[in-house]
Amino acid sequence: MNDQKPNTFTAQPDERGRFGDYGGRFVAETLMPLILELEQAWREARADASFQAELDDFLKHYVGRPSPLYFAERLTEHLGGAKIYFKRDELNHTGAHKINNVLGQILLARRMGKTRIIAETGAGQHGVATATACARFGLECIVYMGEVDVERQQPNVFRMKLLGAEVVPVSSGSRTLKDALNEALRDWVANVENTFYCIGTVAGPHPYPEMVREFQAIIGREAKEQILQAEGRLPDALVAAIGGGSNAMGLFHPFLDDEEVEMFGVEAAGRGLNTGEHAASILGGRPGVLHGNRTYLLMDEEGQITEAHSISAGLDYPGIGPEHAWLNDIGRVNYVAATDEEALEAFQLCSKLEGIIPALEPSHALAHVMKMAPRMDKDRIIVMNMCGRGDKDIFTVAKHLGVEL
Amino acid sequence: MSQTMPRTRIDETFTRLRQQGRKALVAFITAGDPDLETSQAILDGLPAAGADIIELGMPFTDPMADGPAIQLASQRALAAGQTMEKTLAMVRRFRERDSDTPIVLMGYYNPVFVYGNERFLHDAKAAGVDGLIVVDLPPEEDDELCIPALNTGLNFIRLATPTSDDARLPKVLNNASGFLYYVSITGVTGTRAPDAGAVADSVARIRQHTDLPICIGFGVKTPEQAATLGALGDGVVVGSALVTTIAEARGKGGDAVAAVHELARALAEGLRGAAQET
Ligand SMILES: Cc1ncc(COP(=O)(O)O)c(C=O)c1O
Repeated sequence: MNDQKPNTFTAQPDERGRFGDYGGRFVAETLMPLILELEQAWREARADASFQAELDDFLKHYVGRPSPLYFAERLTEHLGGAKIYFKRDELNHTGAHKINNVLGQILLARRMGKTRIIAETGAGQHGVATATACARFGLECIVYMGEVDVERQQPNVFRMKLLGAEVVPVSSGSRTLKDALNEALRDWVANVENTFYCIGTVAGPHPYPEMVREFQAIIGREAKEQILQAEGRLPDALVAAIGGGSNAMGLFHPFLDDEEVEMFGVEAAGRGLNTGEHAASILGGRPGVLHGNRTYLLMDEEGQITEAHSISAGLDYPGIGPEHAWLNDIGRVNYVAATDEEALEAFQLCSKLEGIIPALEPSHALAHVMKMAPRMDKDRIIVMNMCGRGDKDIFTVAKHLGVEL
Repeated sequence: MSQTMPRTRIDETFTRLRQQGRKALVAFITAGDPDLETSQAILDGLPAAGADIIELGMPFTDPMADGPAIQLASQRALAAGQTMEKTLAMVRRFRERDSDTPIVLMGYYNPVFVYGNERFLHDAKAAGVDGLIVVDLPPEEDDELCIPALNTGLNFIRLATPTSDDARLPKVLNNASGFLYYVSITGVTGTRAPDAGAVADSVARIRQHTDLPICIGFGVKTPEQAATLGALGDGVVVGSALVTTIAEARGKGGDAVAAVHELARALAEGLRGAAQET
């Protein structure tokens, strides 16, 4: 769309929350003052060294950061090409990258004097992370979750309840993540005084895409330092799975201006891009407006949002963060896809070769690594975001492998 | 802004109602709910049943600002195959017999954006539409559709809410025309009942910022509420109660068209009571 490259890729969004033509603030008037208040509070917090110090302290002692950068030696040998490193955010407290963002937002909510936290969740990872932080700070927590996801992610539902959160099953629309987001927005409209909406990915109205990216960018900052230490140079490629796009944005953003680093965002191809049953918003969707921002969406010719499909509940969203939409159009990041089958294969291979059971989300990233690494020279380096662990997925995987637990 | 664009049927309607000392009944239905034919019959009969202005909902899969009643109306319409072209065709048919009652298309941005903004504004104007309410286009996004709509001669109806304080109101009122839709509750459509005292205070405050007619909506269900809230502004908007009536009549195998018109008639009578009290 635009072949003139900007001299920096990190100056977005503009003051209207636009990444190129994407992003923005497409919300009902009731929410506008809240979004403006949030933006103001966040800008202040960001400029306040004590806020950052408090966040760093929790990231270190509560989450366990920095997460290691690990050389996956046996996988590298097996694939016979590029050296593969995992950024191990699956070792974080609560088992995924989601907590990085949640802690940032919850500290901000406290600063704003909000006492009631709402969140949407698909796989339940963001819900668990939010419930965890709310327990830690004694805040009321309500998590909206599509009925379909409640059904397929029972362990996480129970976890959230143990942590003291109220899980509200959402029965409207397609009863999955997008409907949970709608319901959270409806709650926010109705509880404007005391409620903070903790969004789980780099989507939603401005300033969420930028704010969530900033909280997740710790992944990329650490990875950069770690790879320089391990290899004395930057990697040739970064690979991350894309649901809404937060773990990918977090890894990519600090490298965007390093031209020699190629980036691959892996969307969920579900049963295949040509089957219509997938969650690949960029490869299989078109620009539209949903959940407060303009971005690539899965929809029919009338602009009605269609259901996403993926074996991974965390990737099962018919949209993608607006910054990814922009990075796609300007050609800075390559968007590719992996099917359910390919992800399942990667899941098993990683478990057997590395002793790491990955979540189904990063299994998609790994599936792409399995395609690209063998075609690369042995002195090339890939860093993949291992953004979640697979404990939550063993029931789903067992079912697909025909195993009864 | 309204001075710089030609007067619309909405402007004419409020001038006439003010002369008559009446309040506007703004009736919302979703286009194509429960099916195209029934919906057309409901639409065509609404003016005779007492509706002064009609809001015709453009169905959407993800109506974030709506409660269950209007969500279900959207789902029924979409399941029956409603499209933007069919919605515009409904307005054209309506206009063959009614050249006075204003029609406002109400909905969410994505179906409009995908239809194509320019094409949409052109086709809507040609069909006889008078104004637009696009819930997820706040003033911050006026370049998208609001300004082009005004340039096409369509009112872009703004929503003011309990969160629109004095600092925010000028932003909301800039580029506003037709009337101001006061959302009487913090919440989605059809859930809470508005508190008349709070609404009275807010409307009085908004009056200090604008001469536009103010219609009150989001929780109005009964003729009594219409009377109470109508007295506070220039009209009331009723939506969830009407579409719920469609669902209930259908569920009982009854006549949805007659049931909706009956409720509209009762609401209009309630409002006339309100006009006499003030
Ligand atoms: C482990 C894991 N990875 C990835 C995702 C997808 O989200 P995002 O693309 O924002 O990282 C999720 C969402 O639940 C997740 O749990």
